[in-house]
Amino acid sequence: MSQIHVITTINGDETEFLCEAQETLLDVLRDHLDLTGSKEGCGTGDCGACSVIVDGRLVCACLMLAGEAEGRSVETIEGMADGDDLHPLQQKFLEMAALQCGVCTPGILVATKNLLERNPNPTEEEVRYWLAGNLCRCTGYDKIIRAVMDTAADMRGAA
Amino acid sequence: MPKDEYQSRDFRIVGTRPVRPDGIDKVTGKARYGADMTAPGMLWGAILRSPHAHARIKSIDTSAAEAMKGVKAVITRADFTYQPESASLADVLDNCMAGEKARYDGHAVAAVAATSKSIARAALKAIKVDYGVLPHVTDVDEAMKPDAPVIEAGRVQENVPEGYSENVTGRSQYGHGDPEAGFEKADLVIERHFTTAATHQGYIEPNACLAQLGADGQGEIWVCTQGHYMVRNTCAGVLGLDAGMLRVTASEIGGGFGGKTHVWMEPTALVLSRKAGKPVKLVLSRDEVFRATGPTASSSIDVKIGMKKDGSITGATATYRLQAGAYPGSIAFLSAMCGFAPYDLKHVRTEGYEVMTNRPKAAAYRAPGAPMAAYPVESVIDELCQKLDLDPLETRLKNAAREGTKASYGPTYPAIGLEATLKAAQSHPHWIAPLGENQGRGVACGFWFNFGGDTCVSLMVNPDGTVSLSEGNPDIGGSRASMSMMAAEELGVDLDQVRTVIADTASLGQNEVTDGSRVTFAVGLATIKAARHAIQIMKERAAMTWGIDPEAVDWRDGAAHPAGPNAGKFPPMTIKEIAAIASNTGGPIAGHHEVTAEGAGVSFATHMVDTETDPETGQVKVLRYTVFQDAGKAVHPDYVEGQFQGGAAQGIGWAINEEYIYGEDGRLQNPGFLDYRIPVASDLPMIEPVILEIPNPGHPYGVRGVGETSIVPPLAAIANAVSRSSNVRLTSLPMSPPKVLAAMKGT
Amino acid sequence: MRFQSPESVDEAVALLAADPEARVLAGGTDLLVRLRMGDVAPSAVIDIKRITEMTTIAQDDGGWRIGAAVPSAEMNETAALVTDWPGVTEAADLIGSTQIQGRATVAGNLCNASPAADSVPAMVAAGAVARVAGPNGSRDVPVEDIPTGPGQTSLAQGELVTSIFLPAKPENSGSAYLRFIPRTEMDIAVVGVGITLTLDSAGAVTAAKIALGAVGPKVIVAGDAAKTLIGTTGDDPALDALAAACSAAATPIDDKRGTAEFRRDVTGVIAKRTARIALARAKGEA
Ligand SMILES: Cc1cc2nc3c(=O)[nH]c(=O)nc-3n(C[C@H](O)[C@H](O)[C@H](O)COP(=O)(O)OP(=O)(O)OC[C@H]3O[C@@H](n4cnc5c(N)ncnc54)[C@H](O)[C@@H]3O)c2cc1C
Ligand code: FES
Ligand code: FES
Repeated sequence: MSQIHVITTINGDETEFLCEAQETLLDVLRDHLDLTGSKEGCGTGDCGACSVIVDGRLVCACLMLAGEAEGRSVETIEGMADGDDLHPLQQKFLEMAALQCGVCTPGILVATKNLLERNPNPTEEEVRYWLAGNLCRCTGYDKIIRAVMDTAADMRGAA
Repeated sequence: MPKDEYQSRDFRIVGTRPVRPDGIDKVTGKARYGADMTAPGMLWGAILRSPHAHARIKSIDTSAAEAMKGVKAVITRADFTYQPESASLADVLDNCMAGEKARYDGHAVAAVAATSKSIARAALKAIKVDYGVLPHVTDVDEAMKPDAPVIEAGRVQENVPEGYSENVTGRSQYGHGDPEAGFEKADLVIERHFTTAATHQGYIEPNACLAQLGADGQGEIWVCTQGHYMVRNTCAGVLGLDAGMLRVTASEIGGGFGGKTHVWMEPTALVLSRKAGKPVKLVLSRDEVFRATGPTASSSIDVKIGMKKDGSITGATATYRLQAGAYPGSIAFLSAMCGFAPYDLKHVRTEGYEVMTNRPKAAAYRAPGAPMAAYPVESVIDELCQKLDLDPLETRLKNAAREGTKASYGPTYPAIGLEATLKAAQSHPHWIAPLGENQGRGVACGFWFNFGGDTCVSLMVNPDGTVSLSEGNPDIGGSRASMSMMAAEELGVDLDQVRTVIADTASLGQNEVTDGSRVTFAVGLATIKAARHAIQIMKERAAMTWGIDPEAVDWRDGAAHPAGPNAGKFPPMTIKEIAAIASNTGGPIAGHHEVTAEGAGVSFATHMVDTETDPETGQVKVLRYTVFQDAGKAVHPDYVEGQFQGGAAQGIGWAINEEYIYGEDGRLQNPGFLDYRIPVASDLPMIEPVILEIPNPGHPYGVRGVGETSIVPPLAAIANAVSRSSNVRLTSLPMSPPKVLAAMKGT
Repeated sequence: MRFQSPESVDEAVALLAADPEARVLAGGTDLLVRLRMGDVAPSAVIDIKRITEMTTIAQDDGGWRIGAAVPSAEMNETAALVTDWPGVTEAADLIGSTQIQGRATVAGNLCNASPAADSVPAMVAAGAVARVAGPNGSRDVPVEDIPTGPGQTSLAQGELVTSIFLPAKPENSGSAYLRFIPRTEMDIAVVGVGITLTLDSAGAVTAAKIALGAVGPKVIVAGDAAKTLIGTTGDDPALDALAAACSAAATPIDDKRGTAEFRRDVTGVIAKRTARIALARAKGEA
């Protein structure tokens, strides 16, 4: 099967890979690049566990062909912390127990990072609707929403 | 009092809210779940599934698939050469790979292993299966009728009465007294029929494993499961292997809720690997998860309750008919046990029927059997309260089970917390908050047994005095944190000195699965005892060093101390000091404990919910939700709260929107998250958790399981809220908009 | 399967014309799901997101031209477009989750030809026109004429939609779209209603266009329902008549998302609620 050659930027690093035309960005991240932090909960855009940011926009990596990544800039959960400095959202999720099994957590963190970059002062309702495509079956969302609201307040205070 | 029974004490670490030890890996994407592991030379597995609800498999032609480039193994049932003796293992085998017939839409009929995912998928398309389609039945009431298509003959137990089809394989009965006499004494008797739909656990991580099996019968499995010992034992039993030759390692697990207490495809991965001579990774798609891993049972229920004007219940009966799916063995008996468990009743009788249908084998789902047991009972009690103009909390308090009550399912309760949850509900501001137009408030109680079971823990004191704790139960919601906390508490050391790991099956003895809310209770108990064992050894080492009797040594604050002035004057020896000289005092120091834990301590909850129903569309919105539950002792309150909230959210989904929808053709119509509607973030309000602590007498710290009870009351609590606001009793779940609107219009 | 990313409309048309099994890839939020489920197996996918003229939103002749590769999120980030055509942008804002909206296009929503597509009734009510490019040049087609039935369009071999044109917003007009779903998000419409209406200085409706989604094999233009509003101020009796007419115009079926009876009932309810919003907007109240 002929492969396509793609050059893209992932978490700031120029990355080159070969893939089949029908492989998704999620397939390539997980199976070719060992970036298994993005999860596949459904493969059909329903759960948000594969959330990544492409050129500043939040998308499902399972609904993007890997070939489309050519020349783009992709951010995944693996790029969220700066070395061993956690992003404030990561730190707050730990402190406020905003995860149980944790499988939805990478997607939710990536999604909320993108939210706070666009809207540093979201209401609870805005956070809930922004995250409607990120399913969590463990927590009932309560502690997640609180952690996001709390981080937003902290980050506004620090800015 | 023996030291391992509950003793009231002040805690240093237990009851605080430290950051969990596995947290950083989980917020940075490093944690490895079932599908995140690879092995050199690994192949990708894929499973072909029946498109028919019920069909004879006449023949399977795999030759075209086998001839494809990159395909390394194709298997059918013929490749499972061992036939297990026990009926239950034979069922597991047949469910993993269909034998003579496919019993449900999604039943596995063949599997392949190939060098890439896309080749594996293409190979499935090349397999030709010749089916002889059979009549099917997916509805529980239909399946019981004498002329229903029979899924498997010859499985009916002796206690099943005449007059049903052979799909009815089991019946159970519980109760005491004479309910009919009880009804005579009532001022009002209400009898109603209820139904609940099948719901799926809906864990976000699809089932996945990486398996390797050699011709010598030695194998390894990496798998997301609630019990890797169960996976080992079941795979060995199904394939005729020696359990000791299989080593199973539990990955991080992305939710289970009971759905990962079973084996669905691990034997398939092993057989593929044996045939291909390479490791095989098998990851189910979401569609496969819905179609072929167990949802819980759907049910059809009749409940009758008599009440006096003062609110006392005079008699109660319930009949539960639950789907088992394609194999015998449903959870109807648990429903029959749980239905009236919260109440102190003189006259009560329940029965449960287990019914086979052409659906996937029903699996455990959080407090299996209890939510559908409580829903009709709590609904009828609510209706009696409405019609007799009684307060629903006061009425439940009047009938509440207490210490000494003989439970409807047999035993007599020790200290329990139902009354405490009801009283907490009465005094909570939620109870008196005003309601608006089209809004209603519902309350309901729930019960769950909690389990104990086989448990092993090892606690190693390392040469530098730090502590490594090995336990054998996958950590779904933070249990490693709780174990470290209990070990540190008992040893008197700082929490950061203890690290807990989940050991593989070759490293500890048998452990039961993470189910029945058993882990914090049973593994916690074994952890405390393993710590006590290590302390005993460390006291002996100190005694040896000091040249005194071990009985004359005390352990406190992480150090050995002479017990009193008579023991001699020695400065305390810390765990670090004792560990440092262990090689000179008798060798490495480790404590361990193996037990079949008992005394798990039953659990009760009361839930309160406000809903608003759109009178023109029948849509129900949950406005406010409060959970009152007894936790015994909340080891890590954050994660106890998380269990309360998560269970309530799942119950809300079950009540309002979640359901398995089957077409006329017996195929599942909604095997995806778009049409299997679990609650999304914008559907829910904050869920307020109120933790009550009525110590469990059977645990040294008073701990009870907390994981499951929270899914029991929501179904009825929401039904009661909606019924009250819309002035019509809703008796069928889910309360989806078309059903609610039709009920309100009286059509 | 081949993956191709042409940089001009002509190149895209040539690729499509040459290969009847090729498929256009816009946001991919429908196409990738169907690829994954094995419902389609195209010989090639033609990604249109590298064609500059298809990735922009521009004011054109008092109206708006929305490139066929523009994600719906970008429409909602274009404030002046939201001011002019809130009915269309709020419909685009209902397509799936935040993540879906980062990719999904309204042209893809249209060409996918699902009867339940959210932006389609809104675009139809707005009088939107699709610009179609093909081997024989380009043509403009009213949006309602693109879908012909579930999954079927009137596009010929080699044709693709390059942009959607929303006409200049009439004075004193208001547009709105509402749908009914069982949850608050992440569901496919059980009923969808798009309404655009225009008022005279006395507050009476002079023009109205109403389109219904998810209650027939394709979007339904409810002409009789629109007539019930003309000459009224949209008071309660007028809205009751509107609701009845919309319910009558609906031709739903029973399926996993709702019964026909429920859909018919709710069509009227949602039509009324949509009309209230459109009226308020026409009066400048919302
Ligand atoms: C989780 C999820 C939720 C969803 N929720 C909704 C919802 O709430 N409401 C809703 O309406 N839809 C919903 N959808 C469906 C989908 O997102 C929309 O239909 C979307 O607008 C499709 O646009 P797209 O650009 O992604 O189309 P694509 O997937 O790229 O294309 C769709 C189809 O149209 C063809 N096509 C695309 N562009 C053109 C063109 N310019 N010319 C000719 N043919 C073309 C493609 O070949 C393909 O057949 C949902 C999908 C998912 C995965
Ligand atoms: S895996 Fe991409 S949305 Fe679920
Ligand atoms: S923490 Fe388990 S799915 Fe969210």
